[in-house]
Amino acid sequence: MAKTNLKEINRNIYDIKNKDEYEFKIKKGLTPEIIEEIAKQKNDPEWMKEFRLKALEVYNKLELPTWGPDISELNMDEIATYVKPKTKINDSWEDVPEDIKNTFDKLGIPEAEKKSLAGVGAQYDSEVVYHSMREDLKKQGVIYTDMETAVREYPELVKKHFMKCVPVTDHKFVALHGAVWSGGSFVYVPKNVKVDIPLQSYFRLNSPESGQFEHTLIIVDEGASLHFIEGCSAPKYNKVNLHAGCVELYVKENAYLRYSTIENWSKNMLNLNTKKAIVEKNAQIDWVTGSFGSKISMLYPMSILNGEGAKTEYTGISFAGKGQNLDTGFKVIHNNKNTSSVVNAKSISKNGGKCTYRSLVRINENAQNSKSSVSCESLMLDNISISDTIPVNDIRTDEVEFSHEAKIGKISDKAIFYLMSRGISEEDAKAMIVRGFAYPISKELPVEYAVEMNQLINLELEGSIG
Amino acid sequence: MKNSILEIKNLHVNAKEKEILKGIDLKINKGETHVIMGPNGSGKTTTANAILNNPMYQKTMGQIIFEQEDITNLKTDEIARKGIFMSFQLPEEIPGISVTNFLKYAKNKTTMQPVKVFQFKEEVKKYMEELNMNPKNMERSLNVGFSGGEKKKNEILQMLILNPKLAILDETDSGLDVDAIKTVSKGIEMFKTKENSILIITHNTKILHSLKVDYVHVLVDGKIVKTGDQSLAKEIEENGYNKYKNI
Ligand SMILES: Nc1ncnc2c1ncn2[C@@H]1O[C@H](COP(=O)(O)OP(=O)(O)O)[C@@H](O)[C@H]1O
Ligand SMILES: [Mg+2]
Repeated sequence: MAKTNLKEINRNIYDIKNKDEYEFKIKKGLTPEIIEEIAKQKNDPEWMKEFRLKALEVYNKLELPTWGPDISELNMDEIATYVKPKTKINDSWEDVPEDIKNTFDKLGIPEAEKKSLAGVGAQYDSEVVYHSMREDLKKQGVIYTDMETAVREYPELVKKHFMKCVPVTDHKFVALHGAVWSGGSFVYVPKNVKVDIPLQSYFRLNSPESGQFEHTLIIVDEGASLHFIEGCSAPKYNKVNLHAGCVELYVKENAYLRYSTIENWSKNMLNLNTKKAIVEKNAQIDWVTGSFGSKISMLYPMSILNGEGAKTEYTGISFAGKGQNLDTGFKVIHNNKNTSSVVNAKSISKNGGKCTYRSLVRINENAQNSKSSVSCESLMLDNISISDTIPVNDIRTDEVEFSHEAKIGKISDKAIFYLMSRGISEEDAKAMIVRGFAYPISKELPVEYAVEMNQLINLELEGSIG
Repeated sequence: MKNSILEIKNLHVNAKEKEILKGIDLKINKGETHVIMGPNGSGKTTTANAILNNPMYQKTMGQIIFEQEDITNLKTDEIARKGIFMSFQLPEEIPGISVTNFLKYAKNKTTMQPVKVFQFKEEVKKYMEELNMNPKNMERSLNVGFSGGEKKKNEILQMLILNPKLAILDETDSGLDVDAIKTVSKGIEMFKTKENSILIITHNTKILHSLKVDYVHVLVDGKIVKTGDQSLAKEIEENGYNKYKNI
């Protein structure tokens, strides 16, 4: 009897231990169960659930990137807690850091939006946006909806394009994205339809869980054109500090797409966003990108110029302050004849912030008669900030025009003195110089965004004097 | 007694640890036009920068009084708002800021009053015509890619728009062709009123042919070695600075 008793006791202990370990495991890694839970909660069709599970397998096999900024602080073991649906981490307005609240105030953002941007408010009514899409666009067959709805209502279009441009095997965070994606926008512009007003995703970034692994899929069909604007200048705050979004853009023959973003993450955020466009014959994609905020960003939009005569322009700026490491840049692959790329990248660093411009220009053997011109310029506001350029130029044919120009400089004391001699304060003088430096980028933005970007620059510069 | 506008007392100034100005005294009254002449490297630009308290130059001794107020250690922008303007020998290029916006902003800051847009535009237009300036330049980035002459005219335009009490013109005439010198002199004449004072800094005398001045000071090696009237400029034109160099 005593023996049995002992056994029972032992087993009890064993069970308890087991149970602990099991819970520990869930906490430690992503499991198929968690993914299935997500799929269920999202109401995924079967194919999407399978897709997620496959992505999970890839995710578990891939290693973290070993180049670029040090992201070792990211505890991948904790990833499950990042992605578990309905993790209620006691979100409340009181918990949102003061500096973020202040920024909201200074940008003049209404109360309801503030709360939803901070991820603590009710989702901003997305119906508002759908209704505001003009009736005539709808009549012409333009689709603009959230990604989950698209998966259910336009399965053929989505299946054909979803993570085909950015395959889950690209890197570990894309695989993660494939497994746990949630939220985002879907746009389809039918053949020859010219959308003459910019579509904006501004109002629907706001569901608490959608800001982190959102998926954007845009298809601009042959001869069509679109300007899509993503994001806003308010810092998006998440307690969970990983952002791994994905943007896939398809620009079909003779089509035009302009993709403008201002990304402004709260300064605890690791922003590992993947964006790619496939550009077909005589089509064009233009990127306009402003990167603010985040603790670490690794962000390299990419254009794949597959069709003859395909074109791309990239105009981007990043601004790194204290404790920030923004590793950004542009990648372009010239895969056909007569293709062209123009890159105009700028960065600003202050208070010890670090900006790196990391780029790739590849002109393949069959891309004769192509052109690429790259210009990057960095401005450092003091002696402790860092700025670097790491370009990779892989030119595999002789019949190309290629130029690369890089300038790194410190803000000029003489220029500051010149402006101050006109009655302008030191702070304003610096801000003017920085805004002027950023002007080639901000002038590419719709005016209200340009204004916001200037406000952001002013906010970033505040208190940096002295 | 005449009304003093600027008084420099025993001013010593260093640049990078080296003494450049070695005790300057200068007094300018309201409505007067003064000239500082001197060979290259004598400290003329340093003097102008010291008045506006450019942090690249350190004052080791002396005082600068503007309208009875000690401005020796005020910040450059405060000094500008008191009513001192400097036309730069080498105006800075500022990309991404249009001349119009810059002027409007500077006007707003120096007057500390809102700029009346229509009136402002008319004023700018008028002065630009007087100065033979290309109106298209107004929308260009400040001084970026401007020719030497265009930059100098742009400085004079700023002076006319901001209408300071004292304008310091550092080598505004140098590097200009004959026509441009005439245009710039015309701009200076327009600025000269009973109240406004001018300090012209130059190493040659051409601009003085078409401008009437009250005093001429000769600056050599960081010191004012002689002061006279317009005839002193003529004398230097004929004989150069050699005679003052070994005082
Ligand atoms: N920022 C500076 N750093 C070091 N030396 C300077 C600086 N500015 C002027 N100097 C030196 O001071 C002297 C006077 O210069 P400056 O005032 O520009 O002369 P000027 O305008 O009369 O030609 C020169 O020897 C010049 O090299
Ligand atoms: Mg000089």
